[in-house]
Amino acid sequence: MKLTLKIWRQKNAQDKGGIVEYPIDGIEPDMSFLEMLDVLNEELINKGEEPVAFDHDCREGICGMCSLFINGEAHGPDRGVTTCQLHMRMFKDGDTIFIEPFRAKAFPVIKDLVVDRSSFDRIQHAGGFISVNTSGNTIDANAIPVPKDDADKSFDAAACIGCGACVATCKNSSAMLFVSAKVSQYALLPQGKVEATDRVLNMVHQMDLEGFGNCTNTGACEVECPKGISLENIARMNREYLAASLKG
Amino acid sequence: MALDSKIPNGPIADKWTNYKDHINLVNPANKRNLDIIVVGTGLAGGSAAATLAELGYNVKAFCFQDSPRRAHSIAAQGGINAAKNYKGDGDSVYRLFYDTVKGGDYRAREANVHRLAEVSANIIDQCVAQGVPLAREYGGLLDNRSFGGTLVSRTFYAQGQTGQQLLLGAYSAMNRQIGRGKIKMYNRHEMLDIVIVNGKARGIIARNLITGEIERHSAHAVVIGSGGYGNVFFLSTNAMGSNATAAWKIHKKGAFFANPCYTQIHPTCIPVSGDHQSKLTLMSESLRNDGRIWVPKKLEDAQAIREGKKKAIDLSEDERDYFLERRYPAFGNLVPRDVASRAAKERCDAGFGVNKTGEAVYLDFAAAIERYGKEAAHVKGLNENDKALVTKLGTDIVKSKYGNLFQMYLKIVDEDPYVTPMMIYPAVHYTMGGTWVDYNLMTTIPGCFSIGESNFSDHGANRLGASALMQGLADGYFVLPYTIGDYLAPDIKMGPISTDLPEFIEAEKAVVDQINKFINNNGKHSVDYFHKKLGKIMWNKVGMARNAKGLTEAIEEIAALREEFYKDVKVPGSANEFNQELEKATRVADFLELGELFAKDALHRNESCGGHFREEYQTEEGEALRDDDNFAYVAAWEYKGKPSDAVLHKEPLNYENIKLVQRSYK
Ligand SMILES: Cc1cc2nc3c(=O)[nH]c(=O)nc-3n(C[C@H](O)[C@H](O)[C@H](O)COP(=O)(O)OP(=O)(O)OC[C@H]3O[C@@H](n4cnc5c(N)ncnc54)[C@H](O)[C@@H]3O)c2cc1C
Ligand code: SF4
Ligand code: FES
Repeated sequence: MKLTLKIWRQKNAQDKGGIVEYPIDGIEPDMSFLEMLDVLNEELINKGEEPVAFDHDCREGICGMCSLFINGEAHGPDRGVTTCQLHMRMFKDGDTIFIEPFRAKAFPVIKDLVVDRSSFDRIQHAGGFISVNTSGNTIDANAIPVPKDDADKSFDAAACIGCGACVATCKNSSAMLFVSAKVSQYALLPQGKVEATDRVLNMVHQMDLEGFGNCTNTGACEVECPKGISLENIARMNREYLAASLKG
Repeated sequence: MALDSKIPNGPIADKWTNYKDHINLVNPANKRNLDIIVVGTGLAGGSAAATLAELGYNVKAFCFQDSPRRAHSIAAQGGINAAKNYKGDGDSVYRLFYDTVKGGDYRAREANVHRLAEVSANIIDQCVAQGVPLAREYGGLLDNRSFGGTLVSRTFYAQGQTGQQLLLGAYSAMNRQIGRGKIKMYNRHEMLDIVIVNGKARGIIARNLITGEIERHSAHAVVIGSGGYGNVFFLSTNAMGSNATAAWKIHKKGAFFANPCYTQIHPTCIPVSGDHQSKLTLMSESLRNDGRIWVPKKLEDAQAIREGKKKAIDLSEDERDYFLERRYPAFGNLVPRDVASRAAKERCDAGFGVNKTGEAVYLDFAAAIERYGKEAAHVKGLNENDKALVTKLGTDIVKSKYGNLFQMYLKIVDEDPYVTPMMIYPAVHYTMGGTWVDYNLMTTIPGCFSIGESNFSDHGANRLGASALMQGLADGYFVLPYTIGDYLAPDIKMGPISTDLPEFIEAEKAVVDQINKFINNNGKHSVDYFHKKLGKIMWNKVGMARNAKGLTEAIEEIAALREEFYKDVKVPGSANEFNQELEKATRVADFLELGELFAKDALHRNESCGGHFREEYQTEEGEALRDDDNFAYVAAWEYKGKPSDAVLHKEPLNYENIKLVQRSYK
């Protein structure tokens, strides 16, 4: 396949940045999107130019490191996948593809397509955990039975990979889907209930401090989330938050 | 220097307890005066950092990703072992210990493995308390499944995302300590050297990957939890960033490197499809619980399938060769990885491969879908002979067990594995070799510890499924926190360590020099160009089967490639910025040395064991032929300037509790 790539290049956080056009040829349909970028970068290096910086690690859709806004969509046109799982068979010979970083105030650009998502980590520092000593001297794991349905729902929420597509795709740059997934994971388990009140208050507070926008229930996040994290989590978090505020 | 494994005396079942009863403890008030650096935030490093901080030490943790949560452990799929015997199927600490030692082809250290089996049950308790949503049964209790190489169901899991859930557990424990200020987290930082003062590890040199700044960090002890070195093969199931640099840099400063040639080739990976591929994807071994592995019985059928003239479903049951069930009736599709991998290679080499390149076998779920479907129909009182209904019900059950894996396969291969069998082939997956450590998990550099996949100790020549996660968390949560305290007890009056010491200045200079050399080199080829070449040599001559001739050639070729690399590599951009090519260059430089030692180790080991298969040493039936009289030892290499000059030290392996026998799964 022959393609025209229009890629956001930005030397560093201070640089203004802009779109640069790159023609590319010889792309196979069974390459992943990132392997296509590898081919481009190899060409650029051989020509003595600087390769395009982009984040990636596991390349199997689980680490949440890859990002990219492709033709105006977080992780590109396929549903339920990350960019590393997107394959070139989703594109046609001759296509022009726009590639941009995940844009949000709380995700500053580091270079080219790489953004800083450490705001997500800071939300977790504020309460994304259960306060239990790591000594191993806890009760037997089967001492508290957990209904399978709750465990499964908790798992579904915990499956969030922290990629930030929800934020990038939201017109308000809201982090509600991500934060609600975290809150839900713990809220659904008996182990997490004990400090549920503080957790939700602290995490939401930190989320606001980081400069994420408000949720206006447009639902774009759920559509673009590669892990199918459901809007139900946002509803659950709102309930938790309300209850906590009344208590608190 | 003589190797001292420091294995405590006494009966195996009491060693760890007795040891803990007699070590030096650090008073909680004094822990506040001690700094520990933890390199790596995977299961091993993450759990260690959280626990050490919980105990009161000041921890500085490093990872090269943008968040600890993205460490390679996140990708582990199938599960984690623990001797809980919740199923009542005969599991026990001894049996887990026994299976692990046997599975490792009797090349692991007994005392370490026993300790691992002992603490395994605590790991599950700990993770559940932390809110890790492990799979449950309808009654609310934890569920288990079985894995290769064992006859009991002792594997705990969270769909096909066990590593993710366990890592998020460790990460949450870290977050709690980061929030309290007890861990200082350095994301996007890469350790490029260790600093040794008066013979003790006292700090590291790290590069801030965003700004390019070279930083000095001091501590009273350094813990390496940097993962494995499978990416020396370029193509592997490891994440793209996984590398050997931290382990190799400490090796160059005195840490012995043990059994580098023990590499696990995993049987169930998506086969290589072309030259552009950047990595291989694992399909969890848990699939072998329900998938049956086969190739056509007749060469003509295999050929017709390769040419697209026939499909898997065109072959009837008796036209298929379920070669694992045929060769190993007791374990069938659940034989250990080394056995399954070699058997698949043997069939493909004999011409029975089923994809275009002839390097794939089938992993077929049709029988499982039918079996589960019939059962579900029966339970619901529906018609068990309605084929469409049974298929639908069965598919739903398989989906609930392995959904994300099937989706992953579909996305990559563009074929629906619920309808046509998956195609799989072995790929490089895990490295059992690593830095040599004693019972305390300390390397031959005092004060430098190595945990998780970066050390060598627990798996021998082959790792059984679901035991790497167990080892990572055992080391980090439950073993290191004791052993490091014993080491640090005499250091309580030491005070902070200055980073202005000449040793820091010197180490920093060496790092800066290497970086500048790359930036100014102006060669012709990209880093990947060399990495791919190295990978080809490794796979062809140091891969699934090795022989003396190939290994001798590999050693020379790698040394030559290394020279070419330094002459001809091109690294664009500058040192003082975010520069991914530079990151790769420093990693590949280390792989180019490690690869040679790897081949040298494989060449000296004149036997076959576990993942190390020397073609010259096999039984008449093609099974690995061990030589216990001459090779029942750990090969620990001491660095002497060049990999070719490395000096071999042997730690004899004394099996007091388990009798060494020919490993059989028949
Ligand atoms: C696809 C796949 C599936 C697997 N499935 C299973 C399974 O089901 N069950 C099982 O038991 N095992 C499984 N394994 C193996 C298991 O995942 C690994 O062995 C284990 O996670 C390794 O953990 P670790 O903490 O030692 O290292 P890692 O998780 O690899 O962590 C390494 C850490 O070190 C950091 N690091 C490395 N070098 C540096 C440096 N120089 N400077 C700073 N930081 C550095 C990284 O940033 C990272 O944080 C699987 C492996 C793969 C590849
Ligand atoms: S909720 Fe979905 S889109 Fe948002 S960070 Fe998690 S996985 Fe990514
Ligand atoms: S690279 Fe890990 S999710 Fe894409």
